[in-house]
Formats: sequence, C-alpha cells, structure tokens
Amino acid sequence: MSIEMTLQRTPDTSARSLAESAARRDPRAEPTVVRYAIITLAVGFLSIFVVLPLVVVFVEAFGKGIAAYFSALADPEAWSAIRLTLGVAAVSVGTNLVFGLAAAWAIAKFDFPGKTFLITLIDLPFSVSPVISGLVFVLLFGAQGFFGPWLQAHDLQILFAFPGIALATIFVTFPFVARALIPLMQEQGTQEEEAAISLGASGLQTFFRVTLPNIKWGVLYGVLLCNARAMGEFGAVSVVSGHVRGETNTMPLLVEILYNEYQMVASFAIASLLAMLALITLIAKTILERNIDGDMPHDD
Amino acid sequence: MSVLAPRRSTLPGFGLTMGLTLTWLSLIVLIPLAGLFVRSTDLSLVQFWDIVTSRRTLSALKISFGLSFAAACVNLVMGTIVVWALVRYRFPGRRLFDAIVDVPFALPTAVAGVALTALFAQKGWLGAPLAAAGIKVAFTPLGIFIAMIFIGIPFVVRTVQPVLIDLDPEIEEAAASLGASRWHIVTKVILPSLTPALLTGFALAFARAVGEYGSVIFIAGNLPNVSEIAPLLIVIRLSEFRYADATAIAVVMLVVAFVIIFAVNRLQRWAQAQAST
Amino acid sequence: MTIEARGVVKTFGAFKALDGVDLKVANGELLALLGPSGSGKTTLLRIIAGLEWPDAGEILFDGENALDRGARERHVGFVFQHYALFRHMSVFENVAFGLRVQPRRIRKSEAQIRARVKELLDLVQLDWLADRYPSQLSGGQRQRIALARALAIEPRILLLDEPFGALDAKVRKELRQWLRTLHHSINVTSIFVTHDQEEALEVAHRVVVMDKGRIEQVGSPGDVYDSPATAFVHGFIGESIMLPVEVTGGAVHLNGRPLDIVAEGVAPGASTLFVRRHDMLVGPADSGTLHGAVTHVRSFGPVQRAEIALTEGSTIEIDAPRDRDLRIGDRVGLKPRHYRIFAGG
Repeated sequence: MSIEMTLQRTPDTSARSLAESAARRDPRAEPTVVRYAIITLAVGFLSIFVVLPLVVVFVEAFGKGIAAYFSALADPEAWSAIRLTLGVAAVSVGTNLVFGLAAAWAIAKFDFPGKTFLITLIDLPFSVSPVISGLVFVLLFGAQGFFGPWLQAHDLQILFAFPGIALATIFVTFPFVARALIPLMQEQGTQEEEAAISLGASGLQTFFRVTLPNIKWGVLYGVLLCNARAMGEFGAVSVVSGHVRGETNTMPLLVEILYNEYQMVASFAIASLLAMLALITLIAKTILERNIDGDMPHDD
Repeated sequence: MSVLAPRRSTLPGFGLTMGLTLTWLSLIVLIPLAGLFVRSTDLSLVQFWDIVTSRRTLSALKISFGLSFAAACVNLVMGTIVVWALVRYRFPGRRLFDAIVDVPFALPTAVAGVALTALFAQKGWLGAPLAAAGIKVAFTPLGIFIAMIFIGIPFVVRTVQPVLIDLDPEIEEAAASLGASRWHIVTKVILPSLTPALLTGFALAFARAVGEYGSVIFIAGNLPNVSEIAPLLIVIRLSEFRYADATAIAVVMLVVAFVIIFAVNRLQRWAQAQAST
Repeated sequence: MTIEARGVVKTFGAFKALDGVDLKVANGELLALLGPSGSGKTTLLRIIAGLEWPDAGEILFDGENALDRGARERHVGFVFQHYALFRHMSVFENVAFGLRVQPRRIRKSEAQIRARVKELLDLVQLDWLADRYPSQLSGGQRQRIALARALAIEPRILLLDEPFGALDAKVRKELRQWLRTLHHSINVTSIFVTHDQEEALEVAHRVVVMDKGRIEQVGSPGDVYDSPATAFVHGFIGESIMLPVEVTGGAVHLNGRPLDIVAEGVAPGASTLFVRRHDMLVGPADSGTLHGAVTHVRSFGPVQRAEIALTEGSTIEIDAPRDRDLRIGDRVGLKPRHYRIFAGG
C-alpha cells in the first residue's frame, strides 16, 4: 500500500474517451441531468477545496504589490530559510537516492522470503504522523533522550540544529525513491541483466550500462517527489528545529512564524514559493509518468 | 551468506544492497520507532492509562479520530463523485482537474494551512459569506474538519480511479442486456467492484487525517478540549518537557496507524483474491 | 566444445524442475531439447548457461567442471526467449555490448569492434538496421539481432531458449532453415529449447525429449519419431491413436476381445496400444482386426482424416490416402501396419 501522493500514479484516461463519446446511446451512460449534476458537484468540490486555496496564496502574497512581495523575499531571514531548506533537501534526496537504489535492486531483482514484509517496513514512515516522526528523534537525541547526555558530554548538537532537521526529513521522505523504483524494476524483470552478465559484463557495468538507463525516469520521479516532500515538510521539522531565527527555520517554519506575527505578505510570499514548487512538481510528475510508461515492458 | 540470501544467483550485489537496505532502514526508521515504544515502558500501566484518559488527552484524541472519520466519509462520497466525473465524462478542463487532485499531496502542509485559514477566516472569500449565514469555520472544529477534507481528497480518487478505468465494459453491457436499469447497474454491479478500492482510499484518508498537523493547526483555533488535535498536544507536551505524556499519546496514535495499515493490507489481499476468481 | 550433464537435480520450492538429468552433447552438434512446458528443458538450458545453479549434479565443458564459473566467465552465448535486447541501445550497440565490457587489457580497439559488429550484422543479414532501436524491429529481426549479440563474444557454446516461440508461423519456418544454415557455417556446439516437435525434428541433429524433469529419449529425429522409447514420447511426437488394451501371456485384448497383434516383451496387465494415424490401414468390413463405422470424413492436403467409431467402444481418428473412398456410414476393417504397446493405462 502507499499512503503518499505520489506513489499513486495518475492513470491515463484518454484511451477510453474516444470510444465513449462515439457511442451516444451507450447503455453505460447516465441521463443527462445526472451527468451534469455529477460534473457540477465534482468541479465545484475541487474548485472550493483545491483551486481556491492555491489562488488565495498568490493573491495574499501580491496583496500589497510586487515590490512588497520581493522585499519580503529579500529579507535575510527568508534567505537563510531558503538556504537551509535547500541544504536539508539535498542531504535527504542524496541519502534516500542511494538507499532507494540499493533497496530496489535487492527487492526487485532477487527472490527471498519476507519480501512483502520488508516493503511494508520501508513504507512505514508514510503512515507515521509527522509530529511523531520528529518526536522519535527528540527521544533519541534530546536532553532527556537516550543519547542526550552522551551528546552533551561531547558537545555535539543534533537536535535544534541541521543534523536533527536532516534526520527528521530523511525519515519522512524515506520511502519515496524505493517505492518509485520497486514496481518499475519488478516489471522490467532480470532478463536484460542476465543477458549483460552472460555477455561478460561485471556487476557494476551491468548496473550502469543496462539497469540505470532503463530506470532513469523512475529515479527522477522518486527524486522529484522526495525533494518536494523534503522542502515542504512541516510537522516533523517543527518538532526538532527549535525555531532559532535565521538559523534553524526552514521555509515552511518561516511561513508559520511570519503568519503568527501577522506579517501576511512575507508569510504568503514564502508560501507562494513553496506553492510554485508544488505546481512545478505536479507538472514534472505528469511528464515523468508518461516517460515511465514508455519504460514499462510491453508484450509484443 | 545470510538466511535471507537467495540460492546462488546470476546477478551480483544482493548481499551488498540488502545489507545497505537493512542497515539504513534500521538506523533511520526501525530503531527510532522502537525507541518510542521502549520509552513508553518507562511508564507504569497506571500512569499510561492516566495520561491517555486525562480529559485533555481524551478530548484531543476524540477530536482527531472523530473529525478524521467524518472527513474521510466526506472524501468517500465526494471522491467517488469526482472519480466518476473524471473517468466517465468529458468536460472542459477535465485533464486540469484530474491533475489538481494531487495538489493536497504536493502542497506543503503549512502552505495549505495558511491558505485555508485565509480563505475561511471571517473576512475571507468563503468565510465572509458563511459568517453572514451564521456559520463560523476558522478557529472552530469545523475548520479542522475542512482541513482534513482537503488533505484527504487524493486518496479515494487515486485508489479508485485505476479500478474504475479497468472495469470491463462488457460487465455493464451484459447487465444492461439482461434488462437492468442504469441505477441497478451502478449500485449492484459497479459499486460492489469498487468497494475494496473505496475502503482502501477511505482508510488511507482517515489515517492521513489523524496524523495531520501542518494544514490543521492554523485553522483549528487550538482551544484545549474544543479544537486541539492530538498531534498538537504532543508538540505542546514536548515544549513543556513532559516527554512521558508526549510518548504515551504518540504510542496510541501509532498503534492505531499500524492497525489501519494492517487492515488495508488485508483488504488489498482480499480484493486481489476476489479479482482473480 | 562438448557439454556433459551428470545427475542434475533442481527444485523450485516444492516443484521438481529437473530430476536427475544425464546428457552428453558432442562437439559441433545442434541439439534440441523438446518437451511440454514444465518439463524442465529451459531450466536445464539456464543451468548450462550459468543463469541457474543445480541443487545436485555436475556440468562439464570439455570434461572440466563448469559450475565453478558464473555466467560471466562461461563464455556461453545465450539467446533469450523474449530476446532481452537492451531497449535503450541501438542495434549496433546491442551487438557491440559484449565487446565493450571486456577487461581493458583484452578489449578490442573501437575500429576492431566496429568491424566485428558489421561482420555479425552481415551474418544475420541485418546490417541496414544498425541505427534502429529494438522497439522498432519486428520479432524475427529482434531474434536475429539477439543471436548476433550472443555470437559477438565468440561463444564456445550457443544456447537458444525457444528461439522461435514468439514469432508467427510463417517467420518461424523461414528462421528454422536459416538457423540450420547458420549453425553449419559457424559450427559451434548449440542447444535450443522448443516445445514444437516439428521445429525440433526439422532443425536438430539430435533431439532430447523431456518430461517432468526427466529425459525420456535421446536420438536422431528419425529415431524418436519411428522408434519412440516410451509411451510419453510416442504420445508427444507425431499424432498417435491410443487404445487401452489388456496384455495376457503375449495376447492383446481390447475390451475383452482378442486382437490379431503380438505384444512381445510387454509385461502382462493394463497397457496402451499406440498406432500412428497413417499406420492404420483401412480395408473392407470383414478384414483387419479392428472394426467400426465411419462417422466423419475431412479431406485436406495429401490425406483424408476419418473418424471411426469402433465396435469395441472407442472412437479414433485415422489418416487414409485420398484415393481410398470413405463415406459416412461405411463399415470398415482396420489393421495397424506398425504399432507399439507400452505397459500402463
């Protein structure tokens, strides 16, 4: 199962559309009134709950004019948050990319008992509340935590600093790359790799010359979603960050702080950057899904 | 080689990648989560019970679980309608609406939180007309409910959509040729085949709403016993250095989340078994 | 190079894929592994290639243990059933792959690689496809590219898994002949797996018939067709009439009636009489040893196929020459020209 976005790939509905519009007196069609009612309800629901919140972000951000918007973004605190967010995202994506490739190779290319259970364990962070994802690291590294005294004795700071924020983010983004790759690599099977080995290629040659080119879009897909979540994570990071101004505030945390200080333009300006990230992610996701479908083997 | 290793295999790297996977999984996920449960054993059963059944905790859990359930119900109904419209009908902007279903997944929760609050605040675009009608949304439990609906939208839609697309048209045609009315076909033929996916989507939306933090706290009002959700109470307890309280609440929430995963897994296996017969 | 398998056993969970297989393949031979799906033929091929490992037994190449070496070191050309072409590489790069991944010290120069690939593409007559990608090729073209790719590493053994399995009937026939000619020109010890008897009999020097993880018979195409060693081989190869009979002291009974045939060397008890359809001669009602009435006649090609309801109770199909006039309702007498009796029902 998958609790996060992402792993639920948007299905392509276009194929059936032609057949459907062609048949007027289709036994599979509802009365016109019902049809219009359903469409209106669906569009109305999505407009109110999805479109309006998106629009309001940009309207609020530009509410006092473009100059106010850009001066809000030029604030040193904003810059520090952007830098921290990019750094945390880079670390999370990097580590989870390596992990995801390793996990997908082991799970998709080999048979071993307990495989389903292992996948469930990898999925676990998706079903843990973000706040709890942060809490577990507080319990490990906090002043009263398991390693707290030891860390203090050695003057090491994990909580309320970059390492803690990175750890919490790695936790919540843990499954993304692996989950994007496992089904794709399972579908592709092992024949091309077997062919490469029987032609004399080494393990690394096989991986880099045969496997990786076949899954490159899947890798990008996983990285894209992992990155979006890493940059946008709020709950887990909020618990471990300590909210040190100009130091441990990521962009989402800064949105909260500015909002609570009634600095609406500044808060929504940062929010608008994150909203744009989300929109770009969705567009890229749609494009990548099409490419991944091309990498899926077809019977012919 | 470990017990897990397959018989000697053509492809190399199993030991290395499996080792890396298990190590990393343990360090990042399993040990920290286990730490939470170990920590909770510091409490006696009585202490644990007292924390969990204290008025404020109990209210927070009731609010989180109750409103999540209600929101998941709304998502179940509205999600079905949205899926039906997206899959079965052509209308202008259909592809766009199909794409924006994923917005609640992609939008950082804090952004969703401030946006929903701005929208439903008393002077907001939707808040103002609602206030005129005597309905207050922001800073009430109703606000929490709205935020939970927002983040749950994609789950039902995205789990049911592929199933509805793959539904064999011949089944409906056969039912129609046997004289069934459209209403009968939809309720007796189509909906039953969607049931496993609908339940899965419902469970996923529910689980997500229970744990949700960012998009809820801005609009919630956060009044103890009235509009304070369980994840927020964990954060508050942590800031008061009452680690034991935070841990106890977290354990309750985690156990419920695991039960839901287990149920969903069983549900999907059951659905697969049904589909293969 | 010679190949020898000794007592090879392989199980997948509870399924016994190979149950003690012994086989010798001579140098330069073209051998077919023939059997129904699940008979273990592909497993045996993959074990020889080093893509699977037996639970017990030995594989010897030229008398040397091959199990010490992985697929990478065995120098075996393997053509996969679904070709397993590298989908993101051009045809040229697919064929060149085996040459490019060689260790630097023995790797050929770029010019040598190009020349070799060109030579191989000429050999499979597809040099004009060098820049295409696998998805742009027809099934038959992919098959030939897969073969060229396997030959690039100058394999000591060539193994082909269902080489024509995924192709349509017309292309299969063309490629059969082509494979025979190709093998003649490269003369590498080759084994191919097939479930299609016609393919095995037409292409191979020797045919290995397998069933349920065991070898039933090894022989020339003529041997396995004309003198099947077991009931399975008789039933699997060619089209046979099978009648349940009772053997008692050299006499053969069908439903209690004695038949005018002999059962030499068959143990008494329930047995099966096997006759090729064209070996059942049709005569007047009072002749022969089996009797019945024609219930259906179809004529095509050089023969006519008649369905005959035997008075002894079974219905059989025979092939008779077209000049023999058969009509529905005719009463006929039948006599098997050649037949085999195998113990067991």
